[in-house]
Amino acid sequence: MRFVDEYRDPAAARALVARITEQAGDDHFKFMEVCGGHTHTIYRHGIEHVLPESVELVHGPGCPVCVIPMGRVDDAIAVAEAPGVIFTSFGDMMRVPGSHGNLLEAKARGADVRFVYSPLDALKIAQETPDRDVVFFAVGFETTAPSTAVTVLRARDLGVTNFRVFCNHVTIVPPIKAILESPDLRLDGFLGPGHVSTVVGNRPYRFVTEQYGKPLVTAGFEPLDILQAITMLLAQIRDGRCQVENQYTRVVRDEGNPRALQLLAEVFELRPHFEWRGLGFISQSALKLRPELAAFDAELAYDVPGVRVADPKACQCGEVLKGVIKPWECKVFGTACTPETPIGTCMVSSEGACAAYYNFGRLHREAAVTLGRAR
Amino acid sequence: MCLGIPGQVVELLDHEHLARVDVSGVGRTINIGLLEDEDIRCGDWVLIHVGFAMSKIDEEEARLALASLQMLGEVYNDEVDALFSSPSSGPSSGSSGDGRAP
Repeated sequence: MRFVDEYRDPAAARALVARITEQAGDDHFKFMEVCGGHTHTIYRHGIEHVLPESVELVHGPGCPVCVIPMGRVDDAIAVAEAPGVIFTSFGDMMRVPGSHGNLLEAKARGADVRFVYSPLDALKIAQETPDRDVVFFAVGFETTAPSTAVTVLRARDLGVTNFRVFCNHVTIVPPIKAILESPDLRLDGFLGPGHVSTVVGNRPYRFVTEQYGKPLVTAGFEPLDILQAITMLLAQIRDGRCQVENQYTRVVRDEGNPRALQLLAEVFELRPHFEWRGLGFISQSALKLRPELAAFDAELAYDVPGVRVADPKACQCGEVLKGVIKPWECKVFGTACTPETPIGTCMVSSEGACAAYYNFGRLHREAAVTLGRAR
Repeated sequence: MCLGIPGQVVELLDHEHLARVDVSGVGRTINIGLLEDEDIRCGDWVLIHVGFAMSKIDEEEARLALASLQMLGEVYNDEVDALFSSPSSGPSSGSSGDGRAP
């Protein structure tokens, strides 16, 4: 596939790893990749194993499935089980556990829960079944929020009255701030989220460099992108610079996507606060529909419990999401908690650190290095 | 959910901001309304995310960035080749045990 395969070139990857090793020298650097998509790439392509031990990557809170707290899943299930509702969701959310099971189990109990690829698919279902109420479970950062915005405006323009959104969109800057304020973690820099930045651009990250003195490089999602972004971070540190840089220039513009930002402003407003799994309540970190679009807001139309539910005691997703522990350091990783029967959200989504590690990364570091040499 | 897929625009449909794209040989209809200001044409590459084109892929930027990465790879390969063809670092010099510098 073009724009994919060429960014997996082994010779260039080896060259970048050699450069990283040289740049890092005898020091130790800890960088956080904010985005779950990066975590996925890092494990899928074994980047952890080829990096020198002087460079450590820790996984951040940027998986939209992983940060949804249990109480919100319970609310989603309550909406799905309301009479006459067709509840639509991205596949990732189907197995996220609430306090009484997940959406798939609600479906098994008789709720009409359907998987959709795009919010427009949900709107189409609403148009085709005018006698039923269709609710779309909207999750995601600024990457997916514009598509929800387009869909809501389209529903309004078409006069569709049986379509609503259960909005759980979140924004990227507050959790980065929360991580920077967290006393548990010492970081030397960030790999910035590539696809969120196609919408918000690179400017919103300036506080990371200006207020917290950490460099940030917005990175693409192929192995060479990640490796190159690491060399850019190390070069900044070696040169005594601290900047927001863009490795993913083929896709991300500094100003982002003005049209998408305009749509977000038209459709959403900030919630005063929102609960994040592992990070707790963060003020102004999530979006809800604006009052003039209240007719499309499922939270206003259905009686949802709206109760805060604590994570199961054994689950350490919170610490994984903050980068405090690695997935395999969690007590239940790979035993009680697996992708088939997840306890925590990080094991559910393919972008969750635990699922990525479980599926691709379960090779001991030394074994991987030996295998690499044998090739 | 946040993984984008590159696709090439093959047809602009006249209504609802829709376009046909080719993704690895498979055709699909996507919404290009978010790229209204970008003047999308047939042949352009876009990054697709939940049925929407999120961003136009800048082919010139991609070409330049890739060229520098590939050059890095070639230089590295040449370096490795040179290392292995050098008599001072070949396996024989270490195992011959005569201790003489070449």
